[in-house]
Order: sequence, then C-alpha cells, then structure tokens
Amino acid sequence: MKSLEDLEKKINSELTTKINNTEIKHNQIYIETDKEDIIDVAIFLKTNQDTKFRQLIDITVVDYPEENQRFEVVYLFLSHEFNQRLIVKYSIAENEVIPSLTSIFPSANWMEREVFDMYGVSFKDHPDLRRILTDYGFEGHPLRKDFPLTGHSEVRYSEDQKKVISEPVKLEQNYRNFDYESPWEGTKYIKEEIENNDKKN
Amino acid sequence: MTKKIKNLNLNFGPQHPAAHGVLRLILELDGEVVEKADPHIGLLHRGTEKLIENKTYMQAVPYFDRLDYVAPMNQEHAFALAVEKILKIDVPIRAQYIRVIFCEIGRILSHILNVTTQALDVGALTPSLWGFEERETLMTFYERASGSRLHANYFRAGGVHQDLPKGLEEDIFKFCETFPKIINDLESLLTDNRIFKQRNVDIGVVTKEDALDYSFSGVMIRGSGVPWDLRKSQPYDCYESLDFKIPVGKNGDCYDRYLCRIEEMKESVSIIKQCLAKIEKGPIKSLDGKISPPPKAEIKQSMEALIHHFKLFTEGYRVPKDEIYTAVEAPKGEFGVYLISDGSSKPYKCKIRAPGFSHLQSMDYLIKGHMLADVPAVLGSLDIVFGEVDR
Repeated sequence: MKSLEDLEKKINSELTTKINNTEIKHNQIYIETDKEDIIDVAIFLKTNQDTKFRQLIDITVVDYPEENQRFEVVYLFLSHEFNQRLIVKYSIAENEVIPSLTSIFPSANWMEREVFDMYGVSFKDHPDLRRILTDYGFEGHPLRKDFPLTGHSEVRYSEDQKKVISEPVKLEQNYRNFDYESPWEGTKYIKEEIENNDKKN
Repeated sequence: MTKKIKNLNLNFGPQHPAAHGVLRLILELDGEVVEKADPHIGLLHRGTEKLIENKTYMQAVPYFDRLDYVAPMNQEHAFALAVEKILKIDVPIRAQYIRVIFCEIGRILSHILNVTTQALDVGALTPSLWGFEERETLMTFYERASGSRLHANYFRAGGVHQDLPKGLEEDIFKFCETFPKIINDLESLLTDNRIFKQRNVDIGVVTKEDALDYSFSGVMIRGSGVPWDLRKSQPYDCYESLDFKIPVGKNGDCYDRYLCRIEEMKESVSIIKQCLAKIEKGPIKSLDGKISPPPKAEIKQSMEALIHHFKLFTEGYRVPKDEIYTAVEAPKGEFGVYLISDGSSKPYKCKIRAPGFSHLQSMDYLIKGHMLADVPAVLGSLDIVFGEVDR
C-alpha cells in the first residue's frame, strides 16, 4: 500500500473482526488486536502482497501493574517494500500464556526469550524458552515495575569458601528515589493568558 | 565392529580474544565441523532499560554511550530523536549538521574497529595497528567536542550540549583529506590478500530471504544485496540534503560485508565533507528554556534563566504522554528506541532495539556446516559489540 491511510483501510477490511482499533501517529500505524488472533494477523502482514511486513523488528512488553490486564505485548514490524512501520499490541493478564511467532519469524526466538526473562511472560510452542540476559539461576523478572532497582541478591568472592557466592543485597544507605516532580502547574489565569497570547501570535 | 562416535562439545569463551567481548559460545563439533552453536549472552547485562526508567530524560543519555561503545553518539541520536518527536521541537540547522558529522565519525570509528579486528582474527596484524591510529585521531575529535573520548554524552533532545570549539571543523576537514589514503592502504593489505580472501569468501553466506527473516539490518542486510539504509529510506536530521551512495553486496558472504564496510567509510568521509561545507553559524540547541538549559552568563543576570536551570537539573523536563518508535542507521544496523512517556519527567518504558542482538541470534544458522576455524571469521563479520547485545 502506498499510504498509511490506504494500509489502515486494507487491514481493517481484510481482518475486520481481528482488529480492535487502529490509529496513525508519528508516521506509524498502531493496531490493537487479541491474543488469539496475533498469529493470523502476523501471517497476513507478512504474506499479503499489499502489506509485506517482512521483518519483525522487536517484541517487547509494557508492564502496568495496577491494571487487571497487566501486560501489554508489543510487536514492531517493518516493511522494506513500502517503507512503512507498524506496531501491533494486545493486553494480557499475569500468568497468561501467549502464542509464539517463531514459526513465522525465526528472529522472534531470542526476542521472546528476552520477554520471558525480563517479564515472565510464557510462550506456547517456543522451541527453546530459557532465560537469556540474566545470570544462570537468576530469580525474578527484572523489568517488572515491582522489581526493585537494586535487585534482590549480589555476588562476591568469598575467601573462606574459595568461590563466588550470592547473598541478599546489603546497602550502606537505602536507595533514595527523590521525587522532584513539582505538583505546581502554574495558576490557571496566567496559563490561560499565555495560551491566548499564543493563539493571537 | 562399529564404533560409536560422540560429538564434541566445545566452550568458546566467555573470555576469548576472538569473541570481541564476553560471549560464551557452546559449539557442538563433529570432527572439525560445527553442528550446532548456542550463544550464551548476558554476561555484560547491566539493566540499562530498568535504569533509564528511573532517571530523567537528560540523565538517560549517558546510558546510550555504554551500549555500542565503539560508536557512542549514534545511539544517543536515536534517543534524542525519539524525545524530540514526542515534544515536537525543532532542531537548529547547525545542531543537525554537528550531529550528522559526529554520527559519521562514529560510523568510521566502528567500521575501522570491525574491519581491522576481523583481519586480526583471520591472521593479519598490521591493519589493526594502522587503523587504531586513525581511531585515536577521531576520538580526540570526540574529546574536543564533548570532553570525553568514549562516553560522549553530547546529544540532547533539541540539539547538542555545546558548540564545537575553535579550529575543530578545520581539523576534521584535514582528517577527511588524509583518511581516504589510509583506507586505500588498508585495502592494499586486505582486499586482494590471498589468505584474507580464503578465510572470508563464501563463508557465512546469507541469502536475501534469510536476511529478512532473521531481522538483519545495516551491513548485514546490504551485504546480501538489499539496498536498505535508514539514512536514505527514512531520513532524519539533515540526511535528506546530503548526497551519498549505499554500497550493496552481491553474495552475502563475510568478504562482501567487509567490502561494504570499506565503501561505507569512504561515503562517510564524503558526508562529513559536505556537512563541513554547508554548516553555518547559529544556535546549537533548541532555544526553548523549558527544554534546553540557559547559557551560563544568562544565569547570572536573569531570574527566569536561573529557575529554568534549577528545574531542568532537578526535576528535568516533562514529556507528554505518548509512545513512539524511532530508529537510526547505526554502524551496526538499525538501532531503535521504543519510548513510552507518561507525562512525568522520567520515561515509563524505554525499549532498546539493538542490531547486534538479532545478528548474534543467527549464529547457529550461519555457522552450521562450517569449520571451527570459520567461527571467528563469521563472528567478526557480524560486528558484535556486547555492550548493545546485552544492554
């Protein structure tokens, strides 16, 4: 498809029920779908002559701990043919298992391993779902919002045991997260005046 | 009587001079032929993404230097562009040229390192001695502009940190005059070298289809004959106004990728020269006091400047709620930042898409059926830097 608007129409008409919402911003197209439909959507995007999103750029998850559907899974696609970028998203609850894209895009393998490692989201039919970036025997999922920045354990060489040991983090001083954010937004009447002036200019 | 032969498992790394960092590669060998390669990464994992979530937008920039540490400013560029697009601010033209000049210097830095160390891995020592001298010169340019040789922390949303010091533009120009000769010297050592060719030609061949399937980008995809360069196809900053060619390989083997890198260095030199010819005096960062800190002199005079300065370095600027993916053509391929802001002064999420991650993933596919001695050659031509693979 030549333009993003045409692409949006095409996707909406071809995938009708599988698409919940589409939006164009920042010269990219954002699509919301469901967990069950992601495989079909991915196959369509990859193989259709008018879309040709041949490359999966990345897979990631965004964590919103206060929501029921805690994780938002994000897929970034790129079409070289039409020079377009597309972002597909859907939300899932914790402990939900999601389908793997490895059979369609071989490059999804490590990306899904990273998601599993960092967020603890499991993939169905993944050939080799192991941790990838964290240490052997690591516990927890570091990029979840409830995982502390300092982590839970630290390693050091023990002179007595003659080996590297892991023990709980001990800090001389607690990690201090200063809240510099000012609640003060400026008085309303001044703000309005500035906005009015901007409009005039 | 038949004897059962068991495959040999070999640990390559985590400390191996040809691994270009801390890579543990578990190889399954049948004689000298590699049957399977399983890279174990993450030995340099520092949790960059987690740290960025806990820092203001300005404090996040130095973390990008530490990703691909051989071309630091290219990474900063992706982040700066992402924030600029959300904030909808314009970058002054001088700042755009400065950024492009330093991105191209970064590209040369990275390619010199890669080409020469790859030559080192397959047995040629001299190129690295010659190449590193040039890298040193380039790093002094980094130092003169930003104050440090490697971890520059120079790009900002809305421009660059400070203007170029006096005489730097002339010195970069002088470098551009002399450097092509060094490239030719390197080429005279390698391009027609029998040993170098024997080690690289037809090794690690990637077809067009596979390059797409494995999410390759940069030289890895261009080496396989796909003319794809984000500087041309999705131009950012002032790349649109510059004239440069995209070298494309034919066979997709290690040797073609080497040739692409050599040609790209020549193109980079030409880009830098064009920028130096076009660059004019002017502001080097956004003039919006809510985003760029005021000049020091102004702080002494103006109350408003003082307040801006204080707010910028404590709270930082706030970025409206939005999400965006921006990518730049880093020396190694498509380096992208997927940024989600929530209206506060810290990013809610910042996913970093590193080209090396996708490239290293294909190690098993690339090396299957090759000899053990080809492992360093393939690894070298993938152009892996563990800062960005492990993040």
